Amino acid sequence: MSQEFLLQAFVYLVAAVLAVPIAKRFGLGSVLGYLIAGVVIGPFVLGLIGSEGEDVLHVAEFGVVLMLFVVGLELEPALLWRLRTSIVGLGGLQVLATSALLMAGGLAFGLPWQAALAVGLTLSLSSTAIVLQVLNEKGLMKTAGGQGAFSVLLFQDIAVIPMLAIFPLLAVAPASAATDDHAATTLVASLPAWAQTLAVLGAVAAIVLAGRFLVRPALGVIARTRLHELFTATALLIVIGIALLMSQVGLSPALGTFLAGVVLANSEYRHELESDIDPFKGLLLGLFFLSVGASVDFGLIFAQPLLIGGLVLAIMAVKFVVLLLLARVFRFGFDQSMLLAFALPQVGEFAFVLFSFANQEGVLGPEITSPLVAVVALSMALTPLLLQLNERVIQPRLGTTEAARTPDQIDEQAPVLIVGFGGFGSTVGRLLKANNVATVVLDNDSDRVDLLRRLGLRVYYGDATRHDLLAVAGAAKARLLVIALDSPEHTLELVQIARKHFPELVVLARAFDWDDAHDLQEAGVQYVYRQSLDTSLRLGTDALRLLGFRGYQATRAAQTFLRHEEESLRELAKQRSDRTVYLSAARERIEDLEHLLRADLEDSNEMRDLGWDAESLREEVRRSQLANNRAVAD
Amino acid sequence: MPRVLILFAHPALEKSRAHARFIQHVPPRDDLTFHDLYEAYPTFDIDVRREQHLLIDHEIVVLQCPFFWYSTPALVKQWEDLVLEHGWAYGSQGKALVGKSLLCLLTAGGGAAAYTHEGYNRFTIRELLAPLEQTTRLCNMRFLPPYVVHGTHRLNEVELDTEAQRYRLLLDALCDGRIDLSGADQYATFNAALDTLAQEVLR
Repeated sequence: MSQEFLLQAFVYLVAAVLAVPIAKRFGLGSVLGYLIAGVVIGPFVLGLIGSEGEDVLHVAEFGVVLMLFVVGLELEPALLWRLRTSIVGLGGLQVLATSALLMAGGLAFGLPWQAALAVGLTLSLSSTAIVLQVLNEKGLMKTAGGQGAFSVLLFQDIAVIPMLAIFPLLAVAPASAATDDHAATTLVASLPAWAQTLAVLGAVAAIVLAGRFLVRPALGVIARTRLHELFTATALLIVIGIALLMSQVGLSPALGTFLAGVVLANSEYRHELESDIDPFKGLLLGLFFLSVGASVDFGLIFAQPLLIGGLVLAIMAVKFVVLLLLARVFRFGFDQSMLLAFALPQVGEFAFVLFSFANQEGVLGPEITSPLVAVVALSMALTPLLLQLNERVIQPRLGTTEAARTPDQIDEQAPVLIVGFGGFGSTVGRLLKANNVATVVLDNDSDRVDLLRRLGLRVYYGDATRHDLLAVAGAAKARLLVIALDSPEHTLELVQIARKHFPELVVLARAFDWDDAHDLQEAGVQYVYRQSLDTSLRLGTDALRLLGFRGYQATRAAQTFLRHEEESLRELAKQRSDRTVYLSAARERIEDLEHLLRADLEDSNEMRDLGWDAESLREEVRRSQLANNRAVAD
Repeated sequence: MPRVLILFAHPALEKSRAHARFIQHVPPRDDLTFHDLYEAYPTFDIDVRREQHLLIDHEIVVLQCPFFWYSTPALVKQWEDLVLEHGWAYGSQGKALVGKSLLCLLTAGGGAAAYTHEGYNRFTIRELLAPLEQTTRLCNMRFLPPYVVHGTHRLNEVELDTEAQRYRLLLDALCDGRIDLSGADQYATFNAALDTLAQEVLR
């Protein structure tokens, strides 16, 4: 590894580690932090990174690919289908109307119609990377406005494909030689048009079919090896493989991985895949934002500040107005329409790609694209600020009536998280399900997960002692965590993780004997259930009945015993913490058992259910009769 | 000032309209204890000592429940059987409850006219409560005329709110000792006693 590479990595990481926490502290969000850090290390302030920033940008675009994979994973096909009107309607109209208006602007600047059309189309796109990241961070993704923004972005990602197809037709100058990565000749470029279409359709079908029938069983095999890093490697392999396939047939890699994500959204490995990809996604996106910051050409901006500033304002204003009007047409509430309009007025990262492509194809000259690239970068940098403005200044004046009326209708958060779905956990889960309580189940036995999913249960594969996996399974929003794992060690480990990362979560834990029940209580778990206790009491009750006890007598005996048992355990716990001598575990068990047996003996002398016991009443009657008799005798 | 204990018994509060509304209006005060029996003892496994301590700590016991089959829900009977021990609550040695008062606060689906000698149910509620009244007497306590909210199936939201306000008024009046319990027997129902108090306040 070259010294230079390490040095560069060092510069990027320092910038991120310093800038992001500061930005977050000031409530600016991580995206703005990365962008500012990028500007600072870029060629115009510190100059720590130079022209290679362009190359880094291309690498970092892979972060967007990973992000769409994760977005796809979170989006079950049913939800996608529900969003179809806003994707096609809202998204389609936004691209058409914005392109038309900006094209008119281009014509007014005296561009030929072909160039104006190319500029209009390119500038109509918004930034998936920035918008989704900021909305996620603010927790706005599940709101109506957030879903609307997502729909528009999804349509735009699809719209890039036909744009790339028609740009060559708009050429006014002869195409320059291919110099950019993005123009790299694809496998299908030399084929006739119908074969290209066929290849595209084939690739999409391959992703859907492979996702269904190849990837899921393969993930099952990998999961059974119980090598976590192998699972991570597989997850990355899937994404990179699809990205390669997609660029070979001339489609956007982001769109392909998004599709794969959606196909896998119903799979049991969804949460595991998500938490494996998440760190890579986060790092690459961070790098992407850094490079956008670094690529802002301040030289150009300072040379023509009025032109650039004016363009930024005009373009964003046009996009804002179109979005606001469309959102109102599609019956979004006013506050949600404002959110949508404030989220999407920037120009997206695809503009960098499309502009360089347009350069090569001879559609636009560098004299047009260079200032526009600066405009794009500036508009992206302004987005987090605009959303701040919306959140702090605009929304408080509107009130949040819309949000109160439709509380997270698409939010499929379950209030209960069950970890471990063997005999114990599945009984708990079935009881809850029978009473219409939604649960998310995590289990790390992949065979069992397969079986349960075939029975139609929502069970996910994963090792719940990883807090990131707990997080994606919704631990932050769930109310109860039911731990029904097979081993006391894992249970205790999970308790500690849950209490550290999700202190709000109420833990109900399965224990095995009073030994680990005690450990769990010490770890702060209020609800501890010894797995054998209730069963053995039921067996004991039946034994008493078979010996001739009345049914209710035996039941009362068991109820009383249970209460007595709990008291004894509390007593025992105190005694154990007082114990100064170290005893072997086995010796300790025997001492504890002795303590319990003694307590039983002492307690059995105490009378129970005295209210149903007429002995004292009989006694009193006898005594008063005696007194009466004596009185009579006297 | 007397301390008031509400013994609340409803086996299906989630299906209740009246009681669910009322208990949201329990005034938050230190001299009032709200004790939900079905919530505390879902398996009918009553903690006798705890219940006896609660009784000792309060002077007025309000037994709040729906009127089922002309009586209380089942858990109340279990509670009576187990908590009111011989030698504690009654009998020559049983003096723990001397001087305390019991008020039944009931809801009935039928209207007031149904609980008359001429009416559909042939007895007054007070008469139907005879076993409970005698239990109270045997335990050396004062049995107060019952407070009854009638026709709960027909009450609309506004009427329910009015009843809930009266419920709160009743509990505050009991805690503040504003109702003369020794003279309460002149009224057929405790509702009448509360009405008189309300009129006095107005005057």
